[in-house]
Amino acid sequence: MIDQLVIPLVKILIVLNATLVGVTYMVLLERKVIAWTQSRLGPMRVGPYGALQPIADALKLMIKEDITPVRADKWVFTAAPIVAMVPALIVYAVIPFGDTVNLFGREIPLYITDINVGLLYIVSVASVGVYGIILGGYASNSKYPLLASLRASAQLISYEVAITLTLVSVILVAGSLSMVSIVRAQESAHVWFAFLQPIAFVIFFIGGLAETNRSPFDMPEAEQELTGGFHTEYSGMRFALFFLAEYANMIVVASVATTLFLGGWLRPFPNVAWLSFLDVIPSWTWFLVKSFGFLYIFIWVRATLPRYRYDQLMRLGWKVLIPLAIANLVITGIVKVLLL
Amino acid sequence: MLSAYIPIAIFVVVATGFALFTLVFSSLLHSEKYNKVKLEPYECGIEPTTGARDRYSIRYYLVAMLFVIFDVETVFMFPWAVIFDELLLFGLIEMLVFILILVVGYYYAWQKGALEWV
Repeated sequence: MIDQLVIPLVKILIVLNATLVGVTYMVLLERKVIAWTQSRLGPMRVGPYGALQPIADALKLMIKEDITPVRADKWVFTAAPIVAMVPALIVYAVIPFGDTVNLFGREIPLYITDINVGLLYIVSVASVGVYGIILGGYASNSKYPLLASLRASAQLISYEVAITLTLVSVILVAGSLSMVSIVRAQESAHVWFAFLQPIAFVIFFIGGLAETNRSPFDMPEAEQELTGGFHTEYSGMRFALFFLAEYANMIVVASVATTLFLGGWLRPFPNVAWLSFLDVIPSWTWFLVKSFGFLYIFIWVRATLPRYRYDQLMRLGWKVLIPLAIANLVITGIVKVLLL
Repeated sequence: MLSAYIPIAIFVVVATGFALFTLVFSSLLHSEKYNKVKLEPYECGIEPTTGARDRYSIRYYLVAMLFVIFDVETVFMFPWAVIFDELLLFGLIEMLVFILILVVGYYYAWQKGALEWV
């Protein structure tokens, strides 16, 4: 009973809260980093160096007026943010944040669950999120959101093909779909998969930027031409849920990239004996540091690169990344047969 | 084995509950001063004359169809990749035939201009 229900529930609540705090501070970090890139200060007024800004933002969104446009489909309009947010959160169920820890005499693994189709679960659940965007744009019954949701859905499904194809070559190397086994495989292979699968790593990173509607692929939210993207008509808490889903997805992409390519919770060089003093640092710290690195690069990219044009975006997805992913897959298979 | 999915079911309930709770909670707090102009669809200050659900580019439809084809093909590759260690050469040749057919279809789509976005 305790193992089946109570411990997972406690973990879920911890992960949920960590995600919410992570997302709000991710927004602050983004504002700060972009401000520094542009020689500005960013938020400075709320708390020391703007440290309490996320709390102020959350409170503000809570008490803001929540507008449903007259022409909108009332129920779909309300359901869309929920449809967008729930998949973004439940993906965290299979992400391994760390090794097992001993707590109150129990061996507690630092992941909510380890299913044998973990990676497939992540890919499929994450792609449900696109429904939230389509429904949101359609239900608004307004021109800009509809255009933006069409763009967003076409972009998401295009890059999803490249990402899923590229994940197959990672599975080839790891020999498993379970996220925990993939980390273990990197431990026994003595190398991060980023070095075994550099092309897959690059494709996954580019695809990850596109999947989360991040710059330079932020066409669905190109504010200069679409005012605000698919959530133009949203305000108050429903807008906040969309926002939450978007940043939660970013953290998911960073964590999946960490798990698949950078050895998850493993310390650097897990096979080198004289570095074993690093084991003092808990395993989840490594996971957080690596994921944070990815998130920082996401922001960095946004601060430096200009936006793609839509036809360029589609060309990159369909004509460059997909052939590259297929070639990488074939080469991986051939090399594996030759080596064994 | 199936018990590994129980936490996911719990998570779905918790996540949905959280979303509904925040929506209800904020609806108790927020102000409501609506008027006709505020509730109109946003069109940069111009009064909307037509509905939004107009015709849109056929390209989006084409991309969706291509997506269905390619994504279903990748689903076949997932189980293949997992048991590749046991299949080895046999599995590789089988998959090369499969990928060849995929690539021929891909080449056809490319030549027909299905991948162009004009």
